[in-house]
Amino acid sequence: MNARGQFPIHNLQFSILNSLAPLLRVLLLLVVLLSPLATFAAERFPPPEFEPGTYTMPPTTTPPPRLAVMEIVDVAVLLGALSLSTYGVLVKRSRRHVFWVMVFSLLYFGFVRQGCVCSIGSIQDVTLALFDKSYAVPVSVLLFFLLPLVFTLFFGRSFCAAVCPLGAAQDIVTWKPIKLPVWLEHALGVIPFLYLGAAVLFAATGTAFVICEWDPFVAFFRRGGSFKMLALGAGFLAVGLFIGRPYCRFLCPYGAILSVLSRFAKWNVTLTPDDCLKCQICDVACPFGAIAEPDEAAPPKPRPGFGRLVVLGTLTLLLMAGGAWLGGRLGLPMSKLNRTVSLAERIAAEDSGAIKDVNDASKAWRALGKPAHELHAEALRVRGQFRFGGLLLGAFVGLVIGAKLIGLAFAHPHDVYEPNLANCVACGRCYSYCPKVLVAAKRSEKKEMPRPTAA
Amino acid sequence: MADQHPSSQCGCGSGACGNGGSAKPSPASIQFKKPASAPAKSAVPAAAAPPSRRQFVGGALRGAFLFVLGAATSLIARVSQKERTVWQIDPTKCIACTNCANHCVLTPSAVKCVQQYPICGYCKLCTGYFEPEPNALNTAAENQVCPTGAIERRALEDPYYEYNIDEELCIGCGKCVVGCVVFGNGSFSLQIRHDRCVNCNECAIAMVCPADAFVRVPASQPYLLKTREKQG
Repeated sequence: MNARGQFPIHNLQFSILNSLAPLLRVLLLLVVLLSPLATFAAERFPPPEFEPGTYTMPPTTTPPPRLAVMEIVDVAVLLGALSLSTYGVLVKRSRRHVFWVMVFSLLYFGFVRQGCVCSIGSIQDVTLALFDKSYAVPVSVLLFFLLPLVFTLFFGRSFCAAVCPLGAAQDIVTWKPIKLPVWLEHALGVIPFLYLGAAVLFAATGTAFVICEWDPFVAFFRRGGSFKMLALGAGFLAVGLFIGRPYCRFLCPYGAILSVLSRFAKWNVTLTPDDCLKCQICDVACPFGAIAEPDEAAPPKPRPGFGRLVVLGTLTLLLMAGGAWLGGRLGLPMSKLNRTVSLAERIAAEDSGAIKDVNDASKAWRALGKPAHELHAEALRVRGQFRFGGLLLGAFVGLVIGAKLIGLAFAHPHDVYEPNLANCVACGRCYSYCPKVLVAAKRSEKKEMPRPTAA
Repeated sequence: MADQHPSSQCGCGSGACGNGGSAKPSPASIQFKKPASAPAKSAVPAAAAPPSRRQFVGGALRGAFLFVLGAATSLIARVSQKERTVWQIDPTKCIACTNCANHCVLTPSAVKCVQQYPICGYCKLCTGYFEPEPNALNTAAENQVCPTGAIERRALEDPYYEYNIDEELCIGCGKCVVGCVVFGNGSFSLQIRHDRCVNCNECAIAMVCPADAFVRVPASQPYLLKTREKQG
């Protein structure tokens, strides 16, 4: 009846194993050091055949992934949050309304969905899908990328106002914001474009999803993470106490895209219902430095002419050329971050004897038994991508800086306080501060009280 | 109410604002306008353009952006996937290097050791359970390979023992997988547990996996388990 009788070989092996225990260690060490594991897995010990009824084998549990329908729910929630936020910003003009939508987004997209999928990171998915034909981007991710862009194109940055969980986390901790000097604001405002360009380069080459890797708040959303990421998140929140939304304004690559689109929005944040008093209260109320001060009234400065445009245009071209040169040079060191390139370099160094030992990656690659020239060809291809991509990235950075200079020199003249549509994240704080709004609300209250149905 | 002012920007579009049914007036019932730009003489036509020109340019750019977005979308939609995929570890490639324990965005990792009972040898001296040179074949912590004591050892009929993974404790380091695969049947293997995995679009462990063992599999068949016929 017993299984022992049925499997003498099995038991023999056991006794051998037990008696050879000292040898075992040496052998284990040798095998582990010298070989990849996969080739050694085999049925060395045939599974016992238990007497029927004496033992029931437990099932290997396979918890299923998240339901597919939940992706549709995510997109629906995004659409709903965008609509509610837009309604709060443009129609109801209520900071309280925006605030509660923001709290909801922080809870849902942040803590429930643990910060993934997010529109900021979706830049990389879309980029990779454009460059790598084998990469299939989920439709929900595509919509997360697209919907906020379309909304911004029509309604301004209502996504930033109350839908983005990263923005919400920073907005809520904004405590005593200081006003940064204008020059610093402009200078730091270039960084998101740089970051965007770099993120696109790294995503397009399939090297890394930099934005996700350096998402400062995802460790909080997941209530766990490396010390590095927790410290980064805590740092951003601590800075955010005094400098409103530091990530949104000076780093967020999606915000960079939205700031461009927001300039052309059909409807956008407006400050005052009639003539601006220039009381400056809105400017003080804005924690994000997004209210443009009026130009000094007297004497009216002459607008810069064609000559300056030529000078700045030439400067932009020079900046682009310089950036392209620098970016092309930096392409090679940047490519070392790519796995294929670093593996090929490692293999080459090992083959030439420059490095004596092997690491996990080179060991695993050697176990595959592929020819080295294939790997090197692939690495050279990625390097080429990086060289060309670095060139484009450098030129792009030059273009951004040049465009910034031109934009500053040819700023749209205005004599009142108005929101800087590129920088305004539509948080709605300034709405309740404008005295004209308060007066008009009082007046309309008196006027419209008798007749509840408005025109 | 619409078009009282040529550059009327009441914020809600065309006449939709107002109080609706509510009796309490809100700031929304106020006409908001964009401050008219100061008239300025300049050689640069775009900068000194009248509001209508600005609106026209804005509209044209908006249309252009929408066109670009639409084109990009259709391009991507063509390659976007029909079937949902999730990440999984191919046990035939996995070298159990411990990266899974350390590089997942979750702590502890979404990767856990999975016991595939049909191919387990039920060994008394389980090399996935015991240190290479155990003091005794008992459950003392000093004898165990698992750093968190996540493997339960249960005696069946002599000489067989059943080994179960306590997933609450497992951190996905793969130390037991090494022992089992090298000397045993390889019934322990690392798998991504989909009750934990958040299915990042670019898996953080996949980015550092030295053996390229991370693959996308259809969500309908989210595990790559070994069977007696198909061993690693």
